[in-house]
Amino acid sequence: MSVKDHLPANVESKLTSSRALSQIKDGVSTAYELYRSDRLGQFGIVVLAAFVFIAVFAPILAPYSPGARHRRDDGSLARLDAPSTDHLLGTTHHGQDVFSQLIVSARVSVFVGFLAAFIAVFIGTNIGLISAYYGGWIDDILMRIVDIAYGLPFLPFVIVLVFIFGANIVNIMLVIAAILWRDSARVVRSEVLSQKQRPYVESARAIGASDFRILYRHVFPNVLPLTVLYMAFAVAYAIMYEASIAFLGFGDPNVYSWGRMMYQAYTHGAIREAWWWVLPAGVCIMLLVSSVFFIGRTLEEITNPEIRH
Amino acid sequence: MSLKKYVVRRIGQLIVTYWAFLTLLFVVFRLAPGDPTSMYLQEGLSAEEREAILARHGLDQPLHVQYVEYMAQYLTGDLGQSFRHGVPVWDVLVVRFFNTIILMGLAFAIAYLIGVSVGAFIGWVRGTRKEKTGIVVTLIARSSPEFWIGILLLMVFTFYLGWFPSGGIRPPGTEYETFLGRYLNWGVAYHLVLPVLTGVIYYMATPTLLMRSSMINVLNSDFIQIKKAEGIPEYIILYKHAARNSILPMTTVVALVVGMSIGGSLVIETVFSWPGMGREMVESVTYNDYPLAQAIFFLMGSLVIWMNFVADLAYVYLDPRVRYD
Repeated sequence: MSVKDHLPANVESKLTSSRALSQIKDGVSTAYELYRSDRLGQFGIVVLAAFVFIAVFAPILAPYSPGARHRRDDGSLARLDAPSTDHLLGTTHHGQDVFSQLIVSARVSVFVGFLAAFIAVFIGTNIGLISAYYGGWIDDILMRIVDIAYGLPFLPFVIVLVFIFGANIVNIMLVIAAILWRDSARVVRSEVLSQKQRPYVESARAIGASDFRILYRHVFPNVLPLTVLYMAFAVAYAIMYEASIAFLGFGDPNVYSWGRMMYQAYTHGAIREAWWWVLPAGVCIMLLVSSVFFIGRTLEEITNPEIRH
Repeated sequence: MSLKKYVVRRIGQLIVTYWAFLTLLFVVFRLAPGDPTSMYLQEGLSAEEREAILARHGLDQPLHVQYVEYMAQYLTGDLGQSFRHGVPVWDVLVVRFFNTIILMGLAFAIAYLIGVSVGAFIGWVRGTRKEKTGIVVTLIARSSPEFWIGILLLMVFTFYLGWFPSGGIRPPGTEYETFLGRYLNWGVAYHLVLPVLTGVIYYMATPTLLMRSSMINVLNSDFIQIKKAEGIPEYIILYKHAARNSILPMTTVVALVVGMSIGGSLVIETVFSWPGMGREMVESVTYNDYPLAQAIFFLMGSLVIWMNFVADLAYVYLDPRVRYD
């Protein structure tokens, strides 16, 4: 840093790009070291990878079409059959194969989880960067918007919007992102406020770097670990909210999802008798979301070294 | 900035937030595609009938007039008429509002109590197996959506063990004269156990994790070392010195957890057929009863906005070191 303060502009630009790169490299290698020693983080990565694999290859892995109605040998509808070798997790009230529905449903959770979280964190990080960097009235306006976003109760808001705009999976994803951005905006803003005071920002400005360049080339790499952490949290919440929306009956009626499976099982009163229809979807949601939280916990130790053991 | 000035500024922010919230509510419910006039009027209605209904709900006016009227109505506490019930929204909501407050307020309070104590404990035993177990259990609880916890509890305690009722707020057919009598009886307590437990399991994760990291910060400070050197018993240091000094940051997430539990009431009340605002919200949206849905949304948002306000004021009151900015 102290050397860089006195360098001409062309050298500065080379230095920063390599500095930003090496920062990211450092982060990755610290992450690698931490995950190597952290069982919980390893477990999270393995489970998450397994679900992503299932989601990608769902059509190949599922033994039947999720909507197909199966019949017993005597020709009657296979209504609420217990698990057997034909149907690993039994059948639903409509004679559909629970196992196949479970596999296909992984797609929605993984898709909505990652995409909604990415959009949310993308918006949130940019708002945080701009708000903290420019300050003044820009900061005031943006932070009031964040306050309002915090005043909106999540599920009611999402349900009303999904209802108005139509229950399809893209709308559900966008609506979740439209409210999840607030967390990363607030956190990135306070981190940038402290980064702004550091000498590297001043030296970059003295050299004549543009605001855009300072923000995205110099400041952003320093808040990147925090962004990744909040991305993990956002993935977890997006998956849970998608499931909750579907459970309340406002999900996309054309796609299978774990929340919708629980909704159907619940409305058919299957929780009294058909455990095989109810439990698998819930276990999957819990496993997938906790794997993301476990990964997040390890990431947290990278962004906040004080809590490392 | 003095405390007085800070409070005045915070009240100003509260007003701006409220105005924006009310406007957003108006925009969402009136300007969005598929506006209520097309959604709520059944097909086969003659043009005159349709207009009469529109006029009764003030929907035939230009939008800016509707906006002013709407603001005036909400500011005077008039939440409009429910389409589905045909009575003022207040009549539908007054009992349901308190049903929800009782349920979610209890869940929230117990979750906070347990969260703070468990968080203090696992922060204290940092680096041990107990801490690790505590964190894993907390993270798993945080990963389980309310409907999943609720269904699990129902399966075990209602359908397998038969200990608790499957839903509702009191045994069928019971009526109570007084307001307090409605809630202070064993029938209600019995029906409250499972839904409250569901909320507690899910909401305690956030305070637990925050309390833990706050404890770790405090335990690293010098005065704890001094107290240890003085030979004061460990449990006194834990509860009298460390935990008390760690509690302050807990006020910052009060509003967040209130928001979570208000939204969560939709799910918990649906699972346990609890006659509260959350379940009414789900039904009113399903049945296109938009004045009712809007009013519930308004009440829920107001709770969160007010809790935010109170938490901010509590924070500066509790921490004399804070700078008002």
